[in-house]
Amino acid sequence: MGRGEVAVRFVDGLVAAGFDFFTGVPCSLVKDVLAELDARGLYFGETREDAALGVAAGAYMAGRLPVVVMQNSGLGVSLNALGSLHLLYEMPCLLLVTWRGMDGQDAPEHLVIGDVMPRLLDLFDLPHRAPRVEDAARDIGWAAETIRARRKPACLVVRPDLFA
Amino acid sequence: MTVREALEIVAPHLRDQICVHSNGYMSRAAFGVRDTEACFYMIGSMGLASSIGLGIALARPERGVVVFEGDGNVLMNLGTLARVASAAPGNFVQLCFDNRAHASTGAQPTISDQVRLDEMARAAGYRRVGRVETAGDLEREIPAVLAEPGPSFLLVRIELGPDGPPGPRITHTPPEMTARLRRALGAAS
Repeated sequence: MGRGEVAVRFVDGLVAAGFDFFTGVPCSLVKDVLAELDARGLYFGETREDAALGVAAGAYMAGRLPVVVMQNSGLGVSLNALGSLHLLYEMPCLLLVTWRGMDGQDAPEHLVIGDVMPRLLDLFDLPHRAPRVEDAARDIGWAAETIRARRKPACLVVRPDLFA
Repeated sequence: MTVREALEIVAPHLRDQICVHSNGYMSRAAFGVRDTEACFYMIGSMGLASSIGLGIALARPERGVVVFEGDGNVLMNLGTLARVASAAPGNFVQLCFDNRAHASTGAQPTISDQVRLDEMARAAGYRRVGRVETAGDLEREIPAVLAEPGPSFLLVRIELGPDGPPGPRITHTPPEMTARLRRALGAAS
C-alpha cells in the first residue's frame, strides 16, 4: 500500500468500529491520519493533550465514542486527566499515541518517554497494542471491544513505520 | 457575595442546561445549592471543566451547557479560553467565580487580581463577556447570559467565604455521575 493509503484504511477502520469523535494534538508520525480526519471534517484539534481528554470526556457523556490522538510526550501531560477523570469516572476513549523514541532511536527529547511508555501504560492499567500494518484492522477491533467492555480508555501505539 | 450566595442567585434561572462544575469548593458549594441529573461534578482533573463543557457543547449543539469554575481553574487551562472562542459554540456559557484565591487549598492567592480573566476571554473572542461585582448586578445580568447566544464568559467577583468547605462532599460516585449525565443527554447506557 502506498503512503497515505494505510492512513485512509486506518481511519475507515476506526469509523467502522464506531469511533465518531476525534480530537488531539498532532505528531508527524500520524500526519496522514490527521489529514484524512480533517478532510472528512471529523477532527477537532486541541491546544494540549489533557484538554483534548477533557473534550473527549464531554463528548463521551454526550453519546460519542472518542479518539484522542497525541505524541507520547503528551502522555505525560495526560496522566492526571486519565487518572482522576477517565479511569475514575469510567469514561472510555481510544488513545492513539505515537511512539517517538522507540528502541532509543530518535531525537534526545523523545528517549526517556519512548523507553518508559509501555511500562507507564501498564502502570496506569491502560491496555495497549502496537500493531504492524497487517494487524491494524484487527487491533482497532480489539481496542473498540476493550474500551466498551471496560468503560475505560485503551491505547493503540503508533510505531514510527506504521504510516510511513 | 460568597460563592454560595452567588450560586443561590444563579440557581433559579437554570432550566435543563448541562452544568459542569470544577473541582474543590466550586463543586461542593454547587452540590449544596442545587443538584439535578444534569449536574456533573469534576472532583479531580483540575482545569478541565471548561474542556468537558466544550466537548458536550460540540457534540450536542442544541443543548445549553454552563461551566462553573473558579479563577484557579480558568488560569490552569487558559488554552481552552482560546479554543472555546475559536470553536464558538453558541450553547456554551462559562461562569468564573473569582475570589482571587485557591480557596479549596487554604486560600493561597492566585494572580487574577493582576490579570483580568474577563478581558482575556474578550481578547480571545468570546461572543459575550461580562463582569459583575455585586449580588444585584449578578441578579440583573444572569438571565441574559443564559438566554443569549454564546460563547459567553461572565466573571463574578466573590469574596473569600468563611474558613471551611462551603458545602458537603459529593455523595454520587464518579461512575454514577457519568451514567446520570449520559441519561440527561439521552446517550445509551
